[in-house]
Amino acid sequence: MNEFLRRMLFLPPQASSYATLVDHLHFFVILTTLVMSTAVGMTAIFFFVRYRRRHEGQRTPHVETSKVAEALFIFVPLAFFLLWFAIGFRDYVYLSTPPPGSMDVYVMGKQWMWKFAYPEGPSSAGVLRVPMGRPVRLLMTSRDVIHSFYVPAFRLKKDVLPGRYTEIWFEATKEGRYEVLCAEYCGAGHSVMRAEVVVMRPAEFDEWMRDQKRGLPVVQDGEPTRLERPQVYSNMVSQGRVLSASQGCFKCHTIDGAQHVGPTWLDLYGKRERLASGQEILADEAYLTESMMDPGAKMVAGYQNVMPSYQGRLAAPEVAAIVEYIKSLRSESVANAPSKGPLYEPARTQ
Amino acid sequence: MRSEAAVRADELHLAHHFSSLERQTDAARLGMWLFLATELLLFGGLFCAYSYYRWMFPDAWAEGSHHMSVGLGTINTFILLGSSFTVAMSIHFARVAKPKLTVLMLAISIVCGLAFMGLKGVEYADHFKHGLLPGKYLTSPDVHEPAVGMFFVLYYLTTGLHAIHVIAGLTVLSVMMVKAHRGVFTPEYYTPLDMGGLYWHLVDIIWIFLYPLLYLVV
Amino acid sequence: MSQPAPSSAQHPSGAHHADSYLTDGTTVMSWLNTRDHKRVGVMFLICVIAMLFMGGVFAMLIRLKLLFPGAAFIDALTYNRLFTLHGVVMVFFFLIPAIPSAFGNFLVPLMIGARDVAFPRLNLLSLYIYLAGAGLALWGMIHGAADTGWTFYAPYSTTSPEKLFPVLLGVFIVGFSSIVTGINFIVTIHTMRAPGLTWWKMPLFVWGIYGTSIIQVLATPVLGILLLSIAVEHALGWGLFDPARGGDPLLMQHLFWFYSHPAVYIMILPGMGVISETVCASAHKNPFGYRAIAYSSIGIAFVGFFTWGHHMFVAGQSTFSNGLFAVLSMFVGIFTAIKTFNWVGTLYKGAIAFKTFFAYICGFLYFLVFGGMTGIALATVSLDVHWHDTYFVVAHFHFIMVGAALMAFLAALHYWWPKMFGSRYHEGWGLVAAVLIMLGFNATFIPQFLLGNNGMPRRYYTYPEHFRALNVASTAGASLLAFGFIIIAVYLAVALRYGRRTEQNPWGSKGFEWLTDSPPPTHNFHEDPQYPEDPHDYRTPPLTQPSAAHPEVEVGHAV
Repeated sequence: MNEFLRRMLFLPPQASSYATLVDHLHFFVILTTLVMSTAVGMTAIFFFVRYRRRHEGQRTPHVETSKVAEALFIFVPLAFFLLWFAIGFRDYVYLSTPPPGSMDVYVMGKQWMWKFAYPEGPSSAGVLRVPMGRPVRLLMTSRDVIHSFYVPAFRLKKDVLPGRYTEIWFEATKEGRYEVLCAEYCGAGHSVMRAEVVVMRPAEFDEWMRDQKRGLPVVQDGEPTRLERPQVYSNMVSQGRVLSASQGCFKCHTIDGAQHVGPTWLDLYGKRERLASGQEILADEAYLTESMMDPGAKMVAGYQNVMPSYQGRLAAPEVAAIVEYIKSLRSESVANAPSKGPLYEPARTQ
Repeated sequence: MRSEAAVRADELHLAHHFSSLERQTDAARLGMWLFLATELLLFGGLFCAYSYYRWMFPDAWAEGSHHMSVGLGTINTFILLGSSFTVAMSIHFARVAKPKLTVLMLAISIVCGLAFMGLKGVEYADHFKHGLLPGKYLTSPDVHEPAVGMFFVLYYLTTGLHAIHVIAGLTVLSVMMVKAHRGVFTPEYYTPLDMGGLYWHLVDIIWIFLYPLLYLVV
Repeated sequence: MSQPAPSSAQHPSGAHHADSYLTDGTTVMSWLNTRDHKRVGVMFLICVIAMLFMGGVFAMLIRLKLLFPGAAFIDALTYNRLFTLHGVVMVFFFLIPAIPSAFGNFLVPLMIGARDVAFPRLNLLSLYIYLAGAGLALWGMIHGAADTGWTFYAPYSTTSPEKLFPVLLGVFIVGFSSIVTGINFIVTIHTMRAPGLTWWKMPLFVWGIYGTSIIQVLATPVLGILLLSIAVEHALGWGLFDPARGGDPLLMQHLFWFYSHPAVYIMILPGMGVISETVCASAHKNPFGYRAIAYSSIGIAFVGFFTWGHHMFVAGQSTFSNGLFAVLSMFVGIFTAIKTFNWVGTLYKGAIAFKTFFAYICGFLYFLVFGGMTGIALATVSLDVHWHDTYFVVAHFHFIMVGAALMAFLAALHYWWPKMFGSRYHEGWGLVAAVLIMLGFNATFIPQFLLGNNGMPRRYYTYPEHFRALNVASTAGASLLAFGFIIIAVYLAVALRYGRRTEQNPWGSKGFEWLTDSPPPTHNFHEDPQYPEDPHDYRTPPLTQPSAAHPEVEVGHAV
């Protein structure tokens, strides 16, 4: 029954504890609505058939309402409305009280991307990984205008405001990838401000988290201060990663395949890019280096020439480290398997 | 029996769609009160913003009000109160058929209104000189609380909107003075003057709220 | 825009009464400089229909774009401007003035037996204020553009690079027109009722307009000050809503919805008044619960002021406020329920004639109940978390604002058309168009409810592929809807020019407005009206006031 109604109403899969809870009320309310509007419509049609005008000049009796009728008109709907309110408010209180011991994730919205950061852990743009069956609390803020963090499969939404933190929590109940949308209009890129939630088995998640922490310098959201910058790097790749963060590369480039201001770095190395001039070029070390020093020289088609030159701002070993880091970003080799774009199926066929 | 003057007033002022001048006056008065209600709600939005930010930043509000010149504000309050009194007197004189005194009282009110605007201008100039400006334009070196800028945002919004109303009120009073001078108002018919007076009282009463809210925070 | 409405000088049927308001002065100036509430009403009607057309074109452009999930024919910025234009035009320039300013102006004085509204000059002024404001806003949107949506949410609106000022100022000015109209109606209803017309004998349409006017007068100034603040913010960056300077964007939302939620009732209450009148005229029966309907109009006007917070359930409001606003929203729903049941009750034991406007009444009932109940669903806090700012909300408010309010507008147009223009339209085409519009409307918006369930947020230029099927269905429905409107435009234009002349009271209605000629004379009545009966009492046949100028009118054409 639940599944049947869910599909009839085109609801996405129920992937959080809250989704199941709220859908039951949804069915109750919508079915009542359908029954009532049909009933009112049918009554009107019935009256029309029964009491249609037989001849012009037909007179009608004076029918006055009774107190009982009006009381019924008031209190029957009111009883339903208040019942819905009571159930709905109870569920809402559930949604707004994160259980103790929830895992915290910081969410930052900006025009037009989502960034996620785990305390003492990795940060990422566009992909939020969470363990199944554990409560996760999101602490959200915006860097510019108001956004709204929306996961349809979790029936979860909360506005993300600049200058303050809003919080919401959920407990994912189904493994899978679910889309994150921005639900508050935020400008030209509003409809492409998407991300995804990847719900993993707890064990897998822990392993992934361990991998992320191992040998990984602190790469928090935003630029690290000088004090935070680790002086010793385990290898060039991690040095490149830190440098990319501190130089602000991630303001425009993503590392998970998502489109942003600049081309994504994922699988960039070795790719044949089509240039604005129409030529094709192989993205090798030379091209990557040139792009850092003289970004406008060979523009990839479809992007604006907005990148500043890093000539004189990066030392040669630093350039090499960044190139190494880009080379390391392979979708098949990276353990955390960043998504290759949306894989969502329409709700019907699921 | 209706007096001759009443009949004459009917002829002069009764619009075709009203049954009597009393009804017409009632209509005008009700319309004016409704209009005053909308004016109050217009300021209501700003008062709402004021209360909210005052509750958020009580210290900044206290500090902001210290930068106000209470003396000028107090003088202005009395000037406006005085002008309201003279407007009320002008209506009284119209009612007892003393047109010259009506004109005089209106003239005094207008002078008071202009004086109010002048003093307000002096205050604004003073704030400007000390860099006491709204939001990011606040440059005054003796400001400590960061949210004092917000206090000045509301100060300029409320007093600015009020000043626009004073100018509108002065225009109304001037028109009334010209009309009174031409002898339009009689004890039977002085509705426009009545309405103009109501508007001026509104301008006054809004200031009565603004004065303690902006000058006497602590 | 305000070209003289159907000037009857060239009217070939030439059958209007010599002294009807349409023929009393036929020059353009006699219209532009009129004090006659009926002419002002007709000019408003022309303006709002022009706005409806414009808003409809924008809507069709939006729907055409949404046929494709990716970028197609227009870029994102143009799309954003289009939905802003659509929203601003439909809300501020069509729905809010539609019934009160056009039909209210025309009918309220006739219904209460007054020769005009209380302030005829202000009334004409309100038309010009409206034109100035609408013109400025439209000019501003086409030139400088605004891409903020009709809600103008800060900080997006205050930091948007687009030139917002003309739009904000235009809407602000139109607000004044709304206030003036509201004040005029309240005063007219209070002071100008004909002798013997007590409050409890007033036609229900007048009650609806009265409730509407209260909201217009009390809520619009708050919008005015908000728009001014946003303009100041946008131009000078003082920081009233800027969190970096201690400002709070939520304050802006509170002030906005304090107006804009009651504004929904500005749009729907007059429509409810129209339905109350037309349902009685269709069924030739007294309203089932006259007082219940009248009280609930005032109840909506009152409680409607305390529910604005339900637009902000996910905006960061406290749990307590959410609960409070949710409960209050449940209470405002009750007034609509009362009205609905009473309208259906009115049909009981009536003598129902199936005219075009009855089709719209049925449509109205269905859309109002469905739209209203989905509104209650949205006010249920936990459900709103999923639906907020999705197409579910879009579909919900279109059910109320287009479904119900527009059905009422069309019902009014068809019911009072003979009264206003003295001619008859073709009933058969009327029914065809009504059916098309209702089918088209359902086909447009039912898919949008499902899209919202499926999780598609509103104001989306592009969308993930899996939303496509429903979007295509919705666009298909919209074309049907547009087609229905074209039919209406055609047969009404034909009626205006070639329409058969109407008898004074074609529907056999007991409404007071039918006691005078159709179309009415300039001063509404040949002699001061007497309203001895109830305007909804159908126990006795309708009185048609014999008119001195036109003792007999031929009656009884086949439809």
